[in-house]
Amino acid sequence: MSRERASRRLPVIGTLVVGLMLSIMPLPGWLAPFRPDWLTLLAIFWAMQLPRTWSVGSAWIIGIVLDVSYGTLLGQHALALCVIVFITVRFHLLMRVFPVLQLTATVFALLALYQFLLFWINGVAGVSSLSINYWAPIVSGTVIWPLLFIFLSGVRYRARAGG
Amino acid sequence: MGTRTLVLVLISILLMYFDHRENHLDTVRNGIGVAVYPIQLIVDAPFRFWDWLGESTTSRNDLERELGRLKAERLLTNARLQRLTALEAENARLRALLDARSKVRDEIRVAEIMAVDANPYEHSLVIDIGSRDGAYDGQAIVSADGVVGQVIKTGLMTSQAVLISDTDHALPVEVNRNGLRTIAVGTGEIDRLDLPFLPNNADIRAGDLLVTSGLGGAFPAGYPVAVVDTVTRIPQESFADVNAKPSAALDQVREVMLIWSAPSVTDEDEPTSPEVDDE
Repeated sequence: MSRERASRRLPVIGTLVVGLMLSIMPLPGWLAPFRPDWLTLLAIFWAMQLPRTWSVGSAWIIGIVLDVSYGTLLGQHALALCVIVFITVRFHLLMRVFPVLQLTATVFALLALYQFLLFWINGVAGVSSLSINYWAPIVSGTVIWPLLFIFLSGVRYRARAGG
Repeated sequence: MGTRTLVLVLISILLMYFDHRENHLDTVRNGIGVAVYPIQLIVDAPFRFWDWLGESTTSRNDLERELGRLKAERLLTNARLQRLTALEAENARLRALLDARSKVRDEIRVAEIMAVDANPYEHSLVIDIGSRDGAYDGQAIVSADGVVGQVIKTGLMTSQAVLISDTDHALPVEVNRNGLRTIAVGTGEIDRLDLPFLPNNADIRAGDLLVTSGLGGAFPAGYPVAVVDTVTRIPQESFADVNAKPSAALDQVREVMLIWSAPSVTDEDEPTSPEVDDE
């Protein structure tokens, strides 16, 4: 039982650590605004696939870690991620049977909501950062989602077969 | 699960409230920061390795050339430094005559910038000196060419700093030529600062050097900040449109210096800082 759990957790934690590394990796200036929200995409994927082991609590912790490494208001990303994962878990059965195009559209909507939540919190806290670039991660995240989905499905399949 | 989400959302809001209002949560932040530190190190490692590789594979010729250049530069700096010591002594003497407290030299320490992108929407950087080494919020950061920014969040091992080009950053400066005081505001562009509070008849022109004025308390006085680039005076507007270019290459520095201002520098009794910038 515990071994099964461990083999289930390992790919999740592994991908999350890599995701965090990708989120703080320096990019060349013109590309930097288009950095996808890796951790949000990962959170959506794992919430869809493993809604029982991976849920709002873990998403919240990831959000806090993100807040610390970005130096933003403590709880900001945590709140946004928590809400996104809640919605995903709520509709995970539906999302699992979506065709790729529809799923990508859903992810687009989720990413937009995520960015809006952060935007609102920034607004309330008086952190001004309005530039068109602010919305770029939604586009890049949506574009990269199908590839990420295929890759993560592979990781999951392999982990299950190997474990 | 709905209630759990609700509880977590409420906790987040509480956390944000306390984090925004007061700095009660610095210990929490530091604790989690320590956990994130290894990941930052891993991300930074390839860049460090690349630098090291570049250094260890330079040819003998290049090294000799660089050595020659450095020697010449050192000679020049040393010559200038000799004059500086004399001037410093003279300054101290004159200040003693004027009965003003003497300005003690600032303590400086070199910090390395980690190749970690902290926040995409801010001009910020992460340095490898934290509260463990005595860094504090609001501390001034300079490079060899001029002011770079200031520390905004100190972690245990690393700190986050905001660049002077960030839109939320304002810096009290004065024109070196005539002592005209104003404020340099970041524009969000890495190579441009804005001086929005200069009237049309202000005595400022392109090529003027701006140095820190020491008002506001965060930065010690006298460090170069930027060189005025363009001055546009529009008759019907009340303020001139003045742009300046930062002296330090903000996006190219790899090593910066943290300044611990000597406490006795604060000998001005006037009310400090018309415009203090924090956050």
